[in-house]
Amino acid sequence: MVGIPTILDFVFIWVPTIASIGLSFTDWRGIGGLTAANWVGLKNYVFLFTQYVLFWPALEHNLLWLLFFVCIATPLGMFLAVLRDRDLRGSRIYQNVFFLPVVLSLAVVGFIWELQYAPTDGFINNILGLTKPTNMIDWLGDPTINLWAVLVAASWRHVGYIMILYLAGLKSVDPTLREAAAIDGANERQTFFHVVFPVMAPINTVIIVVTVIESLRAFDIAYIINHGKNGLELLSTLITNNSISEANLIGFGSAIAVVLLVISLVPIVIYLTRVMRNETTA
Amino acid sequence: MTALSATGRHRRPTMSRAALHAFLVVISALWLFPLLWAFYTSLRPISDTIEHGFVSLPTTLNFQNYVNAWNDANLPHYYMNTLIIAIPGVIFTLLLASLVAFAVSKFSWKLNLLVLMMFTAGNLLPQQVIIVPLYRLYLAIPIPQLISLPFVGLFPSDNGLLYDQYVGIILIHVIFQTGFSVFVLSNYMKTISIELTEAALVDGASVFRIWWSVILPLCRPALAALATLLFTWIYNDFFWALLLMESGAKRPITSALNNLQGEYFVNYNLLAAGALLAAIPTIIVFIALQRQFVRGLTLGSTKG
Repeated sequence: MVGIPTILDFVFIWVPTIASIGLSFTDWRGIGGLTAANWVGLKNYVFLFTQYVLFWPALEHNLLWLLFFVCIATPLGMFLAVLRDRDLRGSRIYQNVFFLPVVLSLAVVGFIWELQYAPTDGFINNILGLTKPTNMIDWLGDPTINLWAVLVAASWRHVGYIMILYLAGLKSVDPTLREAAAIDGANERQTFFHVVFPVMAPINTVIIVVTVIESLRAFDIAYIINHGKNGLELLSTLITNNSISEANLIGFGSAIAVVLLVISLVPIVIYLTRVMRNETTA
Repeated sequence: MTALSATGRHRRPTMSRAALHAFLVVISALWLFPLLWAFYTSLRPISDTIEHGFVSLPTTLNFQNYVNAWNDANLPHYYMNTLIIAIPGVIFTLLLASLVAFAVSKFSWKLNLLVLMMFTAGNLLPQQVIIVPLYRLYLAIPIPQLISLPFVGLFPSDNGLLYDQYVGIILIHVIFQTGFSVFVLSNYMKTISIELTEAALVDGASVFRIWWSVILPLCRPALAALATLLFTWIYNDFFWALLLMESGAKRPITSALNNLQGEYFVNYNLLAAGALLAAIPTIIVFIALQRQFVRGLTLGSTKG
């Protein structure tokens, strides 16, 4: 009875993963069946790393995405969880406000933020008086700033997600630990950093893994705004733009997918080792 | 001791408490603003914003943009498409995932850990890693050979493929979400006493019967929490439908919003109304089932 789901999972997730690796060494363009594919060795990778001008910017954008999440959005979510955990008056309302964007699709998030960022009609430029052609800021069109504008929108959704995950961890911390720390004269800050944070090591791992995976998966908002071009290139959009498009460069797109796969394996392995350790000790 | 710790926790000076509240109020206002702004824009006719600018006091407020978005973008049709995908998606995911979770948590096999790892890792992979071969697979697998399966038969394919079909989209959602659900459910089932299963086995109940009449009812809270999450995730999907569906008319509501974006001219008022209309079902689900929502995420993160 585990058979059917396991076979489905294998055929539709693991076979394509392995196929991506295989295809990345070919020049297949999707015409004439797989027999029309020629083995080209590392050619796709050599081209990707040395000549494809969009690759390094895309990788850089993914890394900036990750950095922005790790340094700003994730800590903010954790901080809000800590505040929520203190049960201040009205904290349930705050929780719902921060969580609300999490239930929206990234497509909707993209549209909602277009209303903020649009050059002549958006809220931000209007309120700053930057709607004249001479001083207008094109938040989503200017390739030097549009990544940051998108990151703000993406964080709007990410913060609430992290808050809820972290809050769950905080609630599971044994309250006697806090009481003991309070008796020993620790203030709240000391209690958090020396007592609560260390015992939350497992949930901290989850938070980091979720943050990394979300940064690697980033696709929807960039695609909605400009199909992931002109400053919003990401590994994910390069894959689809090369392989599922008129270009049909399946071998080449697969090489990009393999790069994404190799990077993703880091958080996945970290996560699995943690799960496995728990399983074997349980 | 409790009294002591209570004073310890509440001894903070009122100043910093007020500062915290102020901080939370400001951040909350910032967080709500984009949504409120979208709502405000959606209530104003485009003529009003053209005349007075977007940042101005309104002269007219009405729901005309909602009516237009509803009709122009044919929203009822796309809501329906979403439901055709999301409802079977949630049901089949829960059925399959609970079977796998039951098997790995109640019976000890050597392969348990491997199966669990395979599902969990599969769920964590970025979708873009598998999309190219998956897309090809969807174009290559002929459906008639699968039609005898109960699930596939319900959603016939009009081109003999998985590509551009509801069945294909449902299938990939079920497979992808099963990973997370197996993980959550197997953790939950571990808390159910093993004696219960063993007693039922001794009484001669079949394994399927135990799963259906003993385990599933006991897992109701976890299933409800998961159903809420899965519905929202599948509802919000943009990626699979964009790449595995070709016909615009079959796409779910999130991808249909693009129909409201004109080629040369964007009616932001109309767009705001459309985006909010697309968001309303998930917002309602969240407000009505907050607890399930939070519990679902919690089950997936703290245990295991």
